[in-house]
Amino acid sequence: MTRSFLGWPAFPEAAAREVGNRQLRENVRRATRTIRGKRAVLAAERPDWEQLRDSAAAIKDRVLAGLEEHLLRVEEKVTAAGGTVHWARDAAEANRIVTDLVRATGEREIVKVKSMLTEEIGLDAALEAAGISARETDLAAAIVQLGDDLPSHVVVPALHRNRAEIREIFAREMGRHGRPAPDGLTDDPAELAEAARLHLREKFLGAKVAVSGANFVVAETGTLVVVESEGNGRMCLTLADTLISVVGIEKTVPTWADLEVFLQLLARNATGERMAPYTSTWTGTVDGDGPRAFHLVLVDNGRTRALADPVGRQALRCIRCGACMNTCPVYERTGGHAYGSVYPGPIGAILNPLLRGPDDPQTASLPYASTLCGACNEVCPVRIRFTDVLLDLRAQVADGGKHPVERAALNTVGAVMERPALWKAAVKAAGLVGPLLPARTPLPGWTDNRALPDIPGESFRRWWKRNEGDRA
Amino acid sequence: MPPNPPRARTALFVTCLNDALFPATGRATVTLLRRLGVEVDFPAAQSCCGQMHFNTGYREETAKLARHFVDTFADYEEIVVPSASCAGMPAEAYPLAARAAGDPGLARAVAELAPRVVELTQYLTDRLGVEEVGAYFPHRVAYHPTCHSLRATGLGDRPHRLLRAVRGLDHVDLPAAEECCGFGGTFALKNPAVSGAMNGDKARHVLETGASVLAAVDNSCLMNIGGRLTRDGHPVRTLHLAEILARTEQDGPLPGVPVAEAAR
Ligand code: SF4
Repeated sequence: MTRSFLGWPAFPEAAAREVGNRQLRENVRRATRTIRGKRAVLAAERPDWEQLRDSAAAIKDRVLAGLEEHLLRVEEKVTAAGGTVHWARDAAEANRIVTDLVRATGEREIVKVKSMLTEEIGLDAALEAAGISARETDLAAAIVQLGDDLPSHVVVPALHRNRAEIREIFAREMGRHGRPAPDGLTDDPAELAEAARLHLREKFLGAKVAVSGANFVVAETGTLVVVESEGNGRMCLTLADTLISVVGIEKTVPTWADLEVFLQLLARNATGERMAPYTSTWTGTVDGDGPRAFHLVLVDNGRTRALADPVGRQALRCIRCGACMNTCPVYERTGGHAYGSVYPGPIGAILNPLLRGPDDPQTASLPYASTLCGACNEVCPVRIRFTDVLLDLRAQVADGGKHPVERAALNTVGAVMERPALWKAAVKAAGLVGPLLPARTPLPGWTDNRALPDIPGESFRRWWKRNEGDRA
Repeated sequence: MPPNPPRARTALFVTCLNDALFPATGRATVTLLRRLGVEVDFPAAQSCCGQMHFNTGYREETAKLARHFVDTFADYEEIVVPSASCAGMPAEAYPLAARAAGDPGLARAVAELAPRVVELTQYLTDRLGVEEVGAYFPHRVAYHPTCHSLRATGLGDRPHRLLRAVRGLDHVDLPAAEECCGFGGTFALKNPAVSGAMNGDKARHVLETGASVLAAVDNSCLMNIGGRLTRDGHPVRTLHLAEILARTEQDGPLPGVPVAEAAR
């Protein structure tokens, strides 16, 4: 069985459940604080950091403005280099294309390089339904897969797990999917890494087909780029006979000079390293070296929908560094699962409604999964203004008429506030407290966690009137 | 010598929350400004800036309140606001609300008015050019920089400079100060579990400082944190910065609050 985010509850409900899990909260807090600290040091190290962010945002905006043209260039270059380009409108189409490609090879077990997009479209489940087992080779993604769990972070999918839990998953599950974990495995990081290395090596050496994602696609040469820290990606990209790369249409950058900007930002902002240990690039096929067949599946799945949103389109600049979630105080308390998608945290709160439309209860709840504190705005390497997009999406949800009671309540408050006489009367009666902070109707959301303030005997305006009369 | 230019007319926008629930903040603002030679008016027609409406997604409703705000304050040279989040509304939110309501006239009026709306701390340090405001407050104080004061209004270290100049005040650092308290307007109501967890951490950090008073420039956040501290039985007082800055030697120490070691 493969777990999925299908039919996930709305954020408040899912979040309440996660917040109640003390172990999870501690794991997420510890991990995000560590990465956050490392990132801050390495970002401060670059005197041109703010300019890099400006450039990155500008390049992405330029790509998005002429996306079609850049994609056609990608198609032309990849084809010229011996690859085949496929276009997929949505998840179902992408899954069908990949499944057919794998079927055609006759293979039953394939390897995967961590890819958010294949999680987004539910590729593993689609392959499984076709009798094909796809094994993750990124350590964190493998932990999630072995544990029949769901990813909770875009860079560190198993961030919500601690070492003891990982040891337990390895000992229990590895044997069912290949080479078992060694007897007496402890939760020492080196031992865990060695167990994973041996288990995964067997997969790499046996695999004839690999599925990858890509961090970037350089249009001028049709080159795909993967940035990773373990080298598993490079194994998959070079050892397989058939390589299928499944990539979102927004991953394009026009030139190698543009790529340079992103490579300077990505590792520093993602993991707090000066450079990622492995940056692999591949272009089409070459006789006698690497995969004999290369397929690029370009996936839309809501991206053109997001692109059509004048405020929200900036979410497509995202390079999946994870800094926004590492910094978000809401994510820190809930972890990633509460967001019901492979994209959690601030980017998830905006990207999911933009890709899928903000009109089912789950996606409609996400723009409200933020206090608008703005911490995410400060760390995003491509300068996404999360607070602007969140507010705009909230307006879309509100205009969708999904919250008639809330709108009526706020309308009443608004109507009172616009009319000085009514407003004065309301403040006098402290009736304002009703709509603002409903003290008289029981409001568990507030009073479960806090005492209500005392209602003062005299409002400011009455004090003013008593002391100043109608002088003003 | 040229004659003095006519004195700017200064209005106080006290905010709806302060008006109804925290009138002492408004009174303290008046006291403080008068001590510094500024005469404030309180236009009685004022109501609410519409922040709750705007942040929940109701832009046309916000536009109605924006129109009312503009009408109320049009005649004033400067409008002082003892709240960072409400002070930011005319510049940040009103243009969007005007656009949503399809009202270019409102947009023009807002563009004209917004630069005159100033948060209190900024008013003191930047417009009046003072840091030492003649205050005396012999207590141990921690300061919580609210998200809007930090990121939207960009107050920087102004509140700290003002606090450091207060006689007798023992200013202690708040751990993880820049982290949100979890209020977020309707966030506290829509996501009570997460909000409660954030607030719990904030309250714990406040207690770690040993402060007897927690100060901020937004009563909404103080209401959130203070509500938690009170519910859990901790005697830490929450006070708007204006209420600290307004007190002098004549007022003496704040009744019921321990006097700081350093001030004895
Ligand atoms: S939105 Fe920005 S900070 Fe968040 S993952 Fe994407 S690039 Fe990184």
